[in-house]
Amino acid sequence: MLGQQLLNGVVLGAVYALFALGFTLIFGVLGVINLTYGFYFSAGAFLALYFTQGLGISMMLALLLAGIVTGGIAVILDGLLLTPLRRAKAPELASLMVTLGATLFLYSLMSAYFGTDIRRLPPKVFTNVGFNWLGLHIETSQLLILVTMVVIVSGLGWLTQRTRMGLAIRALAENGTAAQLAGINAGAVTRIVSFLSGGIGGLAGVLIGMNYNAIEPYMGEQMMLKGFAVVIMGGLGNIRGALVAGLMLGVLETLTAGYIGSSLKDAVGFGLAVLTLWVRPVGLFGRATIKRA
Amino acid sequence: MSAFFANLLFTYQSLIYGLGINAILGLSMYVVLAIGQLSLGQAAFMGVGAYASSLLSVKLGLSFPVVLVAAAGVPAMLALLVSVPTLRLSGVYLAIATIGLGEVLRLFYVNWDYAGGALGLSGIPDRGGFFTIFGTLALLLAAAFAVGRSRIGRAMEAIREDEQAAGVMGIDVPRYKLAALVISAAIAGIAGAYNAHVTAFIAPGDYAFDNAVTILSYALLGGIGSPLGPVFGAFLLTALPELLRPLHDYRLVLNGLIIVSVVIFMPRGLFSWHMRRIGAAK
Amino acid sequence: MTDALLEINHLGVRFGAVQALSDVSFRVEAGTIHGLIGPNGAGKTTAFNVISGLARQTSGQIRLAGVTLDQLPSYRRTRLGLARTFQNIRIFREMSVLENVLTGAHVQTGGSALDILLRLPRFRAAEREGVARARDILQLVGLESRAESGAGDLAYGDMRRLEIARALASNPKLLMLDEPAAGMNPSETQALRDLLLVLKKRGVTLLLVEHDMQFVMQLCEEITVLNFGALIAQGSPQEVRRDPQVIEAYLGTKTAHKLEQKS
Repeated sequence: MLGQQLLNGVVLGAVYALFALGFTLIFGVLGVINLTYGFYFSAGAFLALYFTQGLGISMMLALLLAGIVTGGIAVILDGLLLTPLRRAKAPELASLMVTLGATLFLYSLMSAYFGTDIRRLPPKVFTNVGFNWLGLHIETSQLLILVTMVVIVSGLGWLTQRTRMGLAIRALAENGTAAQLAGINAGAVTRIVSFLSGGIGGLAGVLIGMNYNAIEPYMGEQMMLKGFAVVIMGGLGNIRGALVAGLMLGVLETLTAGYIGSSLKDAVGFGLAVLTLWVRPVGLFGRATIKRA
Repeated sequence: MSAFFANLLFTYQSLIYGLGINAILGLSMYVVLAIGQLSLGQAAFMGVGAYASSLLSVKLGLSFPVVLVAAAGVPAMLALLVSVPTLRLSGVYLAIATIGLGEVLRLFYVNWDYAGGALGLSGIPDRGGFFTIFGTLALLLAAAFAVGRSRIGRAMEAIREDEQAAGVMGIDVPRYKLAALVISAAIAGIAGAYNAHVTAFIAPGDYAFDNAVTILSYALLGGIGSPLGPVFGAFLLTALPELLRPLHDYRLVLNGLIIVSVVIFMPRGLFSWHMRRIGAAK
Repeated sequence: MTDALLEINHLGVRFGAVQALSDVSFRVEAGTIHGLIGPNGAGKTTAFNVISGLARQTSGQIRLAGVTLDQLPSYRRTRLGLARTFQNIRIFREMSVLENVLTGAHVQTGGSALDILLRLPRFRAAEREGVARARDILQLVGLESRAESGAGDLAYGDMRRLEIARALASNPKLLMLDEPAAGMNPSETQALRDLLLVLKKRGVTLLLVEHDMQFVMQLCEEITVLNFGALIAQGSPQEVRRDPQVIEAYLGTKTAHKLEQKS
């Protein structure tokens, strides 16, 4: 029983970690809290639904395509919303507000168009098949979540540590002005980071949609709340922190639901985030480089 | 004349109350924005005020003034809990710490049977009304102007423009931030109590994320050059959807669009007039 | 020796792997104009930031008039008599010139929250007094005619003067100026020099970071020279000017050698 709980927790945590990874990547490199990020999650799930149901594409291909399209959406939204603010050197909170407005706009437009009913993937498109192993039960979608997470994390690690592009991304994250002086094309790096994070957010949406087989416009908003908790716990902009804190939150939520009560499950993240702020505001692995008043 | 007034009040009662209550909420947002911070917990604080006051009215039958003290005090305590650890951090921490507050409280209300659980709380006595609401609004506006035109107002504007430079002026920045947040939560709580006592019914989902963003849109549309900005912003965004029905259905879409365009194209808001920050005649 | 207003003892600052300052000690005597100079990246602005509390030292002590400042936040240091300006002018652009100076007088301005809310006579009197004082300070720096202008609309040189006025409003014992003459034309620089001499006469001690060597040499009684985060020379302008390490730091070895041959 506990083993199964832990496994389910790790799977849930893998989605949190994956989702938080894209979000923390935006903050770490571009220095903004981009609230439209939660929308990519919803958009990814709806796109996958459309690709499989409407166009008859296979689920695996739909997963990939949804990631690519949400990445593209992220690039467009960043260009529309945040590039003008960067140009105007607007204060830090302006980007938060503008993406907040955009989020409200996008969600309400989406729910006006699709309705707020929960949609499901038809069985001919995707059915979860269970495997039993060492007394544990794991489903195809859960396996897919774990595999995707490993692929994305190692791919991102390779990209940032082993490629020229990764060097540029890290330089921009370290010091924007210096990177630009050193001849790094900040606009291009911004677009790439937006694409990567948007894609990751979209993938996470498809995976969750598949796992619970429930897709609705506001699913990204719920996820965003978990994402905030994870990035606060892991330290804003800290990739390793996001991964560990994501897994931790998944496990703790599952255990809470299993042993304390499922109604409390969704409060775990917020409680831990506030606790982190009180006890260790830089997060689990944060460096003490927070801005001081 | 007074018959006409009573008639008007009766016909448009909920709209008129809504104008006043939302204007108070706009002011509560102003107090935080004027110091360069962003709280996304205003709806949550409003909800705490609504629940605290309604429970005291319904379950204990306390008198309205006593109830109002709790409506201001309880959200203020909650604001302390959430904001103290973020005071020395960059402003984004406060914003994200407060964004989850509404959702957690919703879960809390839903599971709290004493407070009506998922069904909410009904039969809240009819208290307050036109003169209480608009009297409070007038008082708060007067207070905001008095404070704005003093060393406190100058310190707040200094913090909004450049926190470090404000500290170098001898301004205790964390203390100011804390005071602003606590006062803003108290004001939002009072608005919540008024709202609960004129609508007679509250439910866990009334104070969600959308409402927090709507409150922010009042202040952004009006601008924060003076306390009048958020009040006008609230009037406009409350009255327009009521008067133009098609707008009502797309209220949230519109609010979102307003925030985006104001921040990008009109960062000073519609009423960009700046108040003078000196408290004595020339 | 005992009346040093500012004492810096073995100050060290490290940002990650970068040692921005190492083992810097110097004293600023009360009533003097003290120069802090050095080539770009010598650590002058870091020293200013640490002294004013915007950055923290990793080692060493700072004392102002005998009080240890080490752990105090910047606002407490201001209340103890420290004021500063910034190299990249940081006035409050959306306030008027007069409001900027009044903000600088924050600590001096009376009136409790209750006085303010009720607009009691006590509060109004404090405001009137504050405005009168602010206008005096503006007159001193030559900005009285711009009192009602938006601070963001001022010309560059006027912004620098406003920043000095704002710093003066807190009634400091020690005024730290980070490149006050930067970007000023010769007549503005002359006016600034006169202003600083007036301030000195009024008993304000000045600590000055400045690149204009002529300006520094003419004004300062004592000069501290930093290079690569370390103290390389200290003394009167004459002493510092002749110091081979200083010449080398500023001009590079080759030129220094030439200069030596010439003299």
